Amino acid sequence: MKIVVAVKRVVDANFRVRVKSDGSGVELDNVKMAMNPFDEIAVEEAIRLREAGIASEIVVASIGPAKAEDTLRQALAMGADRAILVVHDGKADSLGVAKTLAAIARSEAPDLVLLGKQAIDDDTNATGQMLAALLGRGQATFASRIAVADGKATVTREVDGGLQTLELELPAVVTTDLRLNTPRFTALPNIIKARSKPLAKTTPAELGVDLAPRLTTLRVEEPAARPPGIVVGSVDELLAKLRDARVLP
Amino acid sequence: MTTLLIADGAATPHALTAALALGAEVHVLELPPNAIAEAWAEPIAALAGYDAIVAPATSTGKNLLPRLAALLDVMLISDVVEVLAPDIFKRPTYAGSAIETVQSADARRIVTVRASAFPPTSLAGVTTITLSPADTTLSRLVSEDAQISDRPELGSAKIVVSGGRAFGSKETFDALLGPLAAKLDAAIGASRAAVDAGYAANDLQVGQTGKIVAPDLYIAIGISGAIQHLAGMKSSKLIVAINSDPQAPIFSIADYGLVGDLFALVPELTSKL
Repeated sequence: MKIVVAVKRVVDANFRVRVKSDGSGVELDNVKMAMNPFDEIAVEEAIRLREAGIASEIVVASIGPAKAEDTLRQALAMGADRAILVVHDGKADSLGVAKTLAAIARSEAPDLVLLGKQAIDDDTNATGQMLAALLGRGQATFASRIAVADGKATVTREVDGGLQTLELELPAVVTTDLRLNTPRFTALPNIIKARSKPLAKTTPAELGVDLAPRLTTLRVEEPAARPPGIVVGSVDELLAKLRDARVLP
Repeated sequence: MTTLLIADGAATPHALTAALALGAEVHVLELPPNAIAEAWAEPIAALAGYDAIVAPATSTGKNLLPRLAALLDVMLISDVVEVLAPDIFKRPTYAGSAIETVQSADARRIVTVRASAFPPTSLAGVTTITLSPADTTLSRLVSEDAQISDRPELGSAKIVVSGGRAFGSKETFDALLGPLAAKLDAAIGASRAAVDAGYAANDLQVGQTGKIVAPDLYIAIGISGAIQHLAGMKSSKLIVAINSDPQAPIFSIADYGLVGDLFALVPELTSKL
């Protein structure tokens, strides 16, 4: 079966972003970028499905600036077969991205589309669900276990209060949670080999989709700063402070 | 202006406050727990007369509302922490490092709200509506595995005590945090490291990718305070950090810090409550 995995180039998870002083956004110049951690988990899962003899082809797709090619090359180095880059400068929101991925899914006809549950920059958590709706397919979000057999995917989801297991009719859309797997590191020979794997470039116009955001960002600001705290010397002092603050009886 | 609020457990009264800020009249639709998105999105999308549809950003809300939004060709506005106007919202991005104010150009607004950012409003007297799910062959529920806890629900507890990797084992985590939480009638939370190490269940994880909490008192014990953890608790009214490392980032946002060995300090704290 064929799997399409969507990946996004985002600010590295360990980097703390700063808000621009003019309130127009966050400072992204000279900031380390990386593949969205949830997308790495999605790529890893696709590769494991191939290693288990279930998947036959893995196509990775990304929507973003020309630099997003680096992110796709990383996925190719991990083991994906080929890549599609939809070159788009500027902002795009989840609905536009889902429409772009739907256009790709219609031409590639994958049995499974894997995405991360959310991108760690906009923290929206919507693209996978929107894609499933646009394709009229089943969805399993926040997946911590995926098994595929007999034209069905059995997916265990991390939900509030525990776990839920769903059986989906394929084709379907699945979004990955943190605990699905641990992504592999890419060895240097694979990075070199990835440079010659096929990477097709297209544009939203060629796919017939409009990426104009529906949400306008009016302002971006720092969260309210907390007043500086104090270090207390003992449990007794801590309890006295908490009683003074009336959070303890 | 009528707003539809999709109810989900303890978060509902908080989400009602946000829904009322969007439109004076609110109708409430109660779904079964962990409702299947494929069965509910289409019948809800077919409902006429709602300018806005709101749900708390619980696992059900986060699963269902984007599907609903795409069916209606509307962009979702997710995890809203403030309603400035029926079409203007504040929401955190970058693990809470930035707060963006967004304006929707869509005719209808589909919104998930961060329950901990809104005070609760009583549901007494609010109109409820009923709806049947559509038949679907796209997905089928196989099983549910609920984590049974006798502690208050993490998302709505007034006090949360959270443990990190420093506890060293599940036995120590339970033995030290359990009695403290019982004395305080607190919910138990955990850092990602503690969950990954198997000390606590996945759904107790507090952080960017877990639960977002804002209790009156949050006690972080043996938690260093990575950005992703802070994203889940930094709106708590009062934060206490207990950690052996005085340089731990958690102390930068704690109102009261106590430096020392948790294996001595937690039993002492519990015994003195």
